[in-house]
Amino acid sequence: MSRKVLLIEDEPNIAEAIRFLLTREGWHVETHAEGADALQVIQGASPDLVILDVMLPGKSGMEILRDLRELDDMQSLPVLMLTARGQSRDREMAENAGVSRFMTKPFSNTEMLTAVRDLHAQATQS
Amino acid sequence: MATLNVLILVCLGYVVLLFGVAFAADRMAAAGRGAWLRSPLIYTLSLSIYCTAWTFYGAVGNAARSGLEFVTIYLGPTLVMVSWWWGLRKLVRVGRSQRVTSIADLISSRYGKSNTLAICVTILAVLGGTPYIALQLQSITLSFSIFAEADPSGLYREGSSVFWVATGLAVFAILFGTRNLDANERHHGVVTAIALEAVVKLFALLAVGAFVVWGVAGGISPMMDRIDASEIGHWNVDAGRWTTLIFLSAAAFVCLPRMFQVMVVENADEGHLRTAAWAFPLYLLLMSLFVVPIAVVGLDLLPAGSNPDLFVLTVPLSQGNDWLAMFSFIGGFSSATSMVIVTAMALSTMVSNHVVMPIWLSTQEGSGSVSGDVRNVVLMARRVSIAVIMALGFFYYRLSGGGAALASIGLVAFAGFSQLLPALVGGMFWRGATRTGALVGLTVGFLLWIYTLLLPGMGGALMPETVLQNGPFGWSWLRPQALFGIEGMDPMVHTVMWSLSLNTVAFCVASLLSFPSPLERLQGAQFVNVFDHSVAPRGWTGSVAQSEDLMIMTQRILGTVPAQEFFQAEAERQGGRTSLPEPTPSFLERLERELSGSVGAATAHAMIGQIVGGSSVSVEDLLAVADESAQLLEYSSQLEAKSAELTLTARKLREANTKLTQISEQKDSFLSQVSHELRTPMTSIRAFSEIMRDSDGLSHEEQKRYAAIIHDEALRLTRLLDDLLDLSVLESGRVNLNVGGDTLRSVLDRAVSSALAGAGQTLTVQRTKASERIPLQTDLDRLGQVFINLISNAQKYCDAEEPVLTISAHDVGGQVIIDFADNGSGIPPEARSMVFEKFARVGVDKAGGAGLGLAICREIMQRLGGEISYLPGQGGAAFRVRLPMAYRQAAQ
Amino acid sequence: MNSREVRPPSGPRPSLFLERQSYRRRRLSDAARLLPFLGAALLAIPLLWPGDQSGSEDVPLSSAIFYIFTCWAALIIASLLFGFAAKRLGAAEDTEPETDRWQR
Repeated sequence: MSRKVLLIEDEPNIAEAIRFLLTREGWHVETHAEGADALQVIQGASPDLVILDVMLPGKSGMEILRDLRELDDMQSLPVLMLTARGQSRDREMAENAGVSRFMTKPFSNTEMLTAVRDLHAQATQS
Repeated sequence: MATLNVLILVCLGYVVLLFGVAFAADRMAAAGRGAWLRSPLIYTLSLSIYCTAWTFYGAVGNAARSGLEFVTIYLGPTLVMVSWWWGLRKLVRVGRSQRVTSIADLISSRYGKSNTLAICVTILAVLGGTPYIALQLQSITLSFSIFAEADPSGLYREGSSVFWVATGLAVFAILFGTRNLDANERHHGVVTAIALEAVVKLFALLAVGAFVVWGVAGGISPMMDRIDASEIGHWNVDAGRWTTLIFLSAAAFVCLPRMFQVMVVENADEGHLRTAAWAFPLYLLLMSLFVVPIAVVGLDLLPAGSNPDLFVLTVPLSQGNDWLAMFSFIGGFSSATSMVIVTAMALSTMVSNHVVMPIWLSTQEGSGSVSGDVRNVVLMARRVSIAVIMALGFFYYRLSGGGAALASIGLVAFAGFSQLLPALVGGMFWRGATRTGALVGLTVGFLLWIYTLLLPGMGGALMPETVLQNGPFGWSWLRPQALFGIEGMDPMVHTVMWSLSLNTVAFCVASLLSFPSPLERLQGAQFVNVFDHSVAPRGWTGSVAQSEDLMIMTQRILGTVPAQEFFQAEAERQGGRTSLPEPTPSFLERLERELSGSVGAATAHAMIGQIVGGSSVSVEDLLAVADESAQLLEYSSQLEAKSAELTLTARKLREANTKLTQISEQKDSFLSQVSHELRTPMTSIRAFSEIMRDSDGLSHEEQKRYAAIIHDEALRLTRLLDDLLDLSVLESGRVNLNVGGDTLRSVLDRAVSSALAGAGQTLTVQRTKASERIPLQTDLDRLGQVFINLISNAQKYCDAEEPVLTISAHDVGGQVIIDFADNGSGIPPEARSMVFEKFARVGVDKAGGAGLGLAICREIMQRLGGEISYLPGQGGAAFRVRLPMAYRQAAQ
Repeated sequence: MNSREVRPPSGPRPSLFLERQSYRRRRLSDAARLLPFLGAALLAIPLLWPGDQSGSEDVPLSSAIFYIFTCWAALIIASLLFGFAAKRLGAAEDTEPETDRWQR
């Protein structure tokens, strides 16, 4: 079974870089650039992992995450959150909203890969 | 039957007794053994000089004529005494703390130590006092004549007896009233003698009363029956007179100079008032207890037409009780003498302090210091004044012929003295009362009193009958006894009502309209708030005063030994080694008070002023003695102001804090946005550079593509940094404008070509070049930057299939208006207010912009004195640029 | 010069007893102020009596005398009692501030 990651990111260049990295790792990468309908996309795609940007057009990543955690079958879905603002307040908010891992841009590729691997391992173990 | 000779002998013996008592009391006081001389009992008895021969004889006469009306004369003082706690107590405190010598001195002192006022009051007192003294002479003479009628020897001659009575009284008053100068060293001798006389007259009247009730009528209830059966056996007192006379006697009790003398000046201890408050009303009650019985029995027993004023004498005589009559005569004699002596003392103090001394001082002016023996001058002035006042009384008696009923003369005098009441009470309780007010009120009241009561009462000689009937010059509304056409009133009620009410009104109005001098205001505060601070105001700056001159002057007034003692004590108080104290303000103030005890406040003030060279009441002094509550009020209002100020400051601080918080939040969010804008391209750059570094099997296309991404993002970073710098320079206002001249057309030409360069020419720009021939005088590069921004925005964001940007220019009233409108979907209304904010971006497309372009445009246009705004209703996105024709430095 | 004239500054009075005493003193001086008004009211009553009309309802002079002298005596007794009370309570009567507040 192929591992599927849903990448919600509005910066096309960043999305392309992540897609390149994860595809090479054997992930099936789907991308989406809108915040407003992200929740439906997540539900429709039923990914193993979600990478979510905070600053999205339409609806912020924080809100998407909060709404996501409200849903019954989305409690344990690993969500990796990315932000470019890099304030500690954002980290707190994200943790309160139920984030699995929080990363500040710019990140190194290894960091990204390690985070994705860890999250997947945790999800499959439990 | 007692002969006249016996009577004269008894009189002389009684006078000798009084002399002895007075002399002994003075000796005892001087030896310091006379504690009982200052007892409340003596004080209360001395107040009884209120009961003169007029009340002793006249009350019975009054009762025989009008029933119970006489009792009003006693009820008024009773009410005053009962209210001592807030009335007399204050008066006594003021009098003592200001070392007041007379009622004229008190009023003058209250109204800024004004001598004019003192002279006015003195004149009023002498005018009112003279008939009163004549009245006493008359009563003594009448009582003599009763005995003389029965005396077969016929030696009695009325004229000479009056003369000798007047002379004797004058000698007594001079001997005991002018022994010492300082009014605050009390006249123990006189007061003690008066107290003795008070006892004598009370017992005399009580004896006659007891004789009448138990000896003639046969007990209390037969007496009561007899009263009811008599011609005055029903209550028939006129309501107006009842009220007026109670009020009038209360007023006179306070204002009479002789009452003021014994009540305030001779008061040794404020606490005596506490006893006098009940003991004196009791004395008055006892004095009036048997008045009606005596009157009723007199009316019964004596033939019609006999003088009811003399019933006290004639009733015992008609019953053959000569010794009782003699005792009663001594009682009446006591009433008359004590009143005359004290009145003469009080009036002479006033005359010498307020009339003689100022005149004498003015003759001494210019000599620099006081020369001559002031002490002797003052004493001589007082002695002569007493003699003159007695002489005046004597001549008044001779002129008026002694015809009028005793009671009416007394009431006329009462009404005269009561004119002092508004100035006195107003001065004690109202700080706003001024000298002008007091003068005007006194004058109005006094003139009305003379016109409506004194002159009509003196018969046709001074006021023609026609004036009384028809008014002066036939003006009926000015008839003396029916002012303003109000007729039918009792003359006394009429006078009291008009004179006192107009007096009060004039006093109040003039006080409100005039402005008091600093000294008046000081004294006003001292008087009204005497219980708060019983210290005199500071009025002297003694820097130039010569202590030696002061010493010489004080010696002349107080006498050598007391003056030296006083100066020595002052020097010791100051801690100096010499015998002369430094002329500090406090010393001068004490000296002034010491002197004012001898010569009155106004004179003492003037005398020290002569040496010291002028008083100074500075604002600081005013503040220093300003009434406590005013200070408290001021303090609390200051506090209030401060607290209001604090509230204001706090609000300002809160506002500033809110603003700072907002600014700080704005700054935070700006930094956070800058961070975001910087990190986003960095993320791509980092990710792809790592990919290119770490991945081996990249195709050439891939390598090229990723390198291009890195390059684009790097450019994006640079642009962002440029924009940020640009904005920061524009916002801080440090931008230098290079003003040049060109037409709008060429600026637009350059902007369009610059914006569209490198792009795929997808955007069509429509222009009406003819309308663009507008000359501009501005920073052309900055303006071009705005145009480029707008054109490239249209290029980036216009979502029409064939994007068209229409640029149109107008020249409206000295302003150039350039509209940029594209044919896209435009900016949604909710986002329009945001487009000029920093980092505001509309739509999904990032297109490499940091969202600073329009913010920069807005800043530039502000610098150029114009503006940029979104122009709604043009189909697509539309912006309007407004620019003044020629550049003027915009207000910073 | 009497030493009473220089009034010592009235310090704070912390004790409850003194507070009560000064309260009583104030009410006492209130009563002292009311006394003359009471007296005036009592002495105004004769104004209501029928006057000179020699009707049958005239007030006999003996009754008038009795009424007036009784009122008078009552006032004297009230004043006497107040004097005693003031002496007993008011050792520091001249530091009575309320009296003046009222007069302003």
